[in-house]
Amino acid sequence: MNREQIKPAVLCFTALTLITGIIYPLFVTVVAQLFFKNQANGSIIFQNGKPVGSTLIGQTFDDPKYLWGRLSATSPVSFNAASSSGSNMGPLNPALIEMVKTRLNALKTSEPDNSKPVPVDLVTSSASGLDPHISLAAAYYQVPRIAQLRKLEQKEVKEIIIKNTRSRLLGLIGEPVVNVLQVNLELDTYKR
Amino acid sequence: MISNNIIQSGIFLFVLVLAAKPLGIYMARIYEGKPAGINTWFGWLERWIYRFANINPEISMSWKTYAVAMMFFNMFGILVVYVLQRLQSILPLNPMSISSVAPDLAFNTAVSFATNTNWQSYGGETTLSYFSQMVGLTVQNFVSAATGMAVLVALIRGFVQKQVETIGNFWVDLVRSTLYILIPLALILSLVLVSQGVVQTFKPYTKVTVLQPVKDSNGNMIEEQVLALGPAASQVAIKQLGTNGGGFFNVNSAHPFENPTALSNFLEVLAILLISAALCYTFGVIVRDKRQGWALLAAMLIIFIPCLLFCIHMEQNGNPLLNNLGINQKTSALQSGGNMEGKESRFGIASSAIWATATTAASNGSVNSMHDSYMPLGGMIPMWLMQLGEVIFGGVGSGLYGMIAFVIIAVFIAGLMIGRTPEYLVKKIESYEMKMASLMILIPPIIVLVGTATAVILTQGRQAILNPGPHGFSEVLYAFSSAGNNNGSAFAGLSTNNIFYNIALGIAMFFARYWLAIPTLAIAGSLSKKKLVPATQGTLPTHTLLFIIFLVMIVLIVGALTFLPALALGPIVEHLMLVGT
Repeated sequence: MNREQIKPAVLCFTALTLITGIIYPLFVTVVAQLFFKNQANGSIIFQNGKPVGSTLIGQTFDDPKYLWGRLSATSPVSFNAASSSGSNMGPLNPALIEMVKTRLNALKTSEPDNSKPVPVDLVTSSASGLDPHISLAAAYYQVPRIAQLRKLEQKEVKEIIIKNTRSRLLGLIGEPVVNVLQVNLELDTYKR
Repeated sequence: MISNNIIQSGIFLFVLVLAAKPLGIYMARIYEGKPAGINTWFGWLERWIYRFANINPEISMSWKTYAVAMMFFNMFGILVVYVLQRLQSILPLNPMSISSVAPDLAFNTAVSFATNTNWQSYGGETTLSYFSQMVGLTVQNFVSAATGMAVLVALIRGFVQKQVETIGNFWVDLVRSTLYILIPLALILSLVLVSQGVVQTFKPYTKVTVLQPVKDSNGNMIEEQVLALGPAASQVAIKQLGTNGGGFFNVNSAHPFENPTALSNFLEVLAILLISAALCYTFGVIVRDKRQGWALLAAMLIIFIPCLLFCIHMEQNGNPLLNNLGINQKTSALQSGGNMEGKESRFGIASSAIWATATTAASNGSVNSMHDSYMPLGGMIPMWLMQLGEVIFGGVGSGLYGMIAFVIIAVFIAGLMIGRTPEYLVKKIESYEMKMASLMILIPPIIVLVGTATAVILTQGRQAILNPGPHGFSEVLYAFSSAGNNNGSAFAGLSTNNIFYNIALGIAMFFARYWLAIPTLAIAGSLSKKKLVPATQGTLPTHTLLFIIFLVMIVLIVGALTFLPALALGPIVEHLMLVGT
């Protein structure tokens, strides 16, 4: 019964595939490449003509002279932007506590005399494993260490951080965040 | 001072309700065939599809023919997505030379996308080529959403028509939903998303030199970072609007290339609920009683808002185990604080919890944070919202027809209590409608509970678990709650890309979708045949606060009673363990 619906099913599917699967994405791509070329291709940062990162994708930093970002659970290397992943660890998972402790130790080793409580986003892994940001609290926590190692005033480091901070949308939506890679690029080229 | 969490939730709900009315009116005009701008400008395209596909748009179908047309269309869709993945390696637009997808994973993904579930056993950037994403998945994002909307429209006609044997033409409902509702919204959204930084390109993945080289787990120094790209914006827009939720990248809308800013996040999370909320208004317009649409939307909000606030509260409180280590989880002007494991800095607690609640209330299933890392009770909210049957907004179309099934149950129970024949919208509700509505309400819990029980009995089911203790059980329960209600979100620690889960969840998604859609169409057919019963003094009004609360209670009691024992074994006991330590 109702075999007569097979032909329309196949043909209607074909027509809608053409429209939604080929014409629609092609149209969006053409408009995107015309008007938003930088964003559509990954918001790449160039330095002396060479691509050194993306404003939207974080990189690993564990050298004490750099600002550190979120933990990343991607494999085989952290911040692997070809294979995004969260840790997916539950709140009671002992492995989670171990991970937090390891990061805490690293922070303490790099700056033994900082006794302030550590902001939570500095010891937890992001959802994507590629989070380019940290909170202002997490950035300020690291200011004394960076200033000392780079022989800068704390005020100067703070200024660079504030310059690379994005505030809330309309002051209300989302969270204010610091772009870690942009801060570090600027720290490396900073001259008084 | 009102906390920013509350302000963000308030703005979100305000914009949602504000947008529901104009979009609802627009969709009603589309479905009633009245001129509404786009459908007059692009009428030629609609007519071309009918000519091309041998469709006579004037023919109205019996409910059985409508169901058969829907099933043929969906079955063919599953077949095509399956074949595209299996042949991926020899098809074009595969710049990263990704190999073809294994049969069990291809089956799971095909069913997942056709049923509007969009469960992700696949890994996005590591599993699928640009061609598979576009021609396979993006197409299903559109047409599976349009299928749900078509079934809903057929059901609404059942309340409006009198004494006819037919419920409309599936092809017309499908094509109009796609052309005039989904495509225009998706076009606008995708371009705004690109402006924010969502990628849209056919170029291969790009390489950058990192500032500080790092060692990988094998001890090799890595000096380059490979950035996965692709035509993401066009797919992200429709996966949000069509309550699909299958990510372009593995981590879905947590990925900065899918959801880079506060604005992109706000629009994406709004898009999750937009059409489902507006369809309530469309319903009111078509049945010529807008109060009925508002009543259903109000019932949804009454359940949604407390769930949202509770989820925010649990996440904002943070993880007590971290407090003991001297970690600062308090919210301040400088940080969102709270349980930040598995959350992105730019979203913090509020934007993450709003998303988690919205994506599981609607059957979207996309994520911007990892639900597996939520606090036990924070993560229970998304799980429970799915278990309520995806009727709090729910999928586009499917959420509202699920809610109407609950309304049918509610008027029936109310009718028994007050000794009247149950009626809804001038149609008598009789045993046939009750049987079908009961099927719709009983099938998902059966799938969820039987599936979970089977998985935890079998070794293959247990081996996939990541987190120890009751959280591991939660992962399995969450997976089947998601598949058995066509949501698609996950406690992603569970490794489901293996034969057992790919097949079991595939079957769950299939039955959860079509065993609900077909009874819905049966109700539509049966209602269409009935004559109108003019409302009298004895008619139970279904737009009053009393009825709204009664409906909410029915939804909660069915959902709560069915799943309380299972929840007690997972998130509840985990919470007790946490506060006990």
